[in-house]
Amino acid sequence: MPAQPDSLQQLRTLVRECAEASGFDRDAVEQLVLAVNEACMNVIQHGYQGRPGSIDLHIVPIDDGIEFRVHDSAQHVSLDDWRPRALDDLRPGGLGVHFIREIMDEVEYVPVADGIGNSLCMKKYLHRGENPR
Amino acid sequence: MTAALKLNGQYAIVSLSGDIDLHSSPEARRLILDGLQDGRPMLVDLGEVGYIDSSGVASLVEGFQLARQRGLDFGLVGVSPAALSVLRLARLDKVFPIYVSVQERLRMLGSEPGSK
Repeated sequence: MPAQPDSLQQLRTLVRECAEASGFDRDAVEQLVLAVNEACMNVIQHGYQGRPGSIDLHIVPIDDGIEFRVHDSAQHVSLDDWRPRALDDLRPGGLGVHFIREIMDEVEYVPVADGIGNSLCMKKYLHRGENPR
Repeated sequence: MTAALKLNGQYAIVSLSGDIDLHSSPEARRLILDGLQDGRPMLVDLGEVGYIDSSGVASLVEGFQLARQRGLDFGLVGVSPAALSVLRLARLDKVFPIYVSVQERLRMLGSEPGSK
């Protein structure tokens, strides 16, 4: 999809459909929609910084969960660049990263084949953190 | 998203509905900040919000801060379940004053000592 704010609604519809099909309940589905939306927003705002570009979103069913991969061709970023703000520091911005980390079970940048751009891998499991009994 | 501002007594009431995202939040932000620049206390109605992302939440935070600087009342009313769950995730549900409805807030003000 084009890395533009008006692409996000269509992206959310797609994420919602796939998360529902993977068996997540309504609240979890909405959280996943939020997290993937925030990851793509991050690319639009901070990766491409308003310049034209594209975002590839791959949604893959995995064992007991779902994986989202967000690829871009923007400047290189690392997880160290993500500085979530302290939540008691009341100011706009920095919230998106907090949402992603709070919602997803695993978040990491994976190497890209040609070294251009970024690939953010986020995983969410259906049963992680539940009491096994 | 649709966004509208109307007056109820001295209060500016901003009603937001639909999806408040990176595409639409600049309009919500402008409506909120412009309303506060006029020096009116404000209630933001989130009753019909189906989705709000960090850019939408940031617009509310900016409004809250501007209101505080100017000594103006600022609150959220009728917050939809979708919006409330995002505010909770941001741990802002205890930061913003949240009321059931515009009427409830105005009734509360009417019954406060010293008010007319």
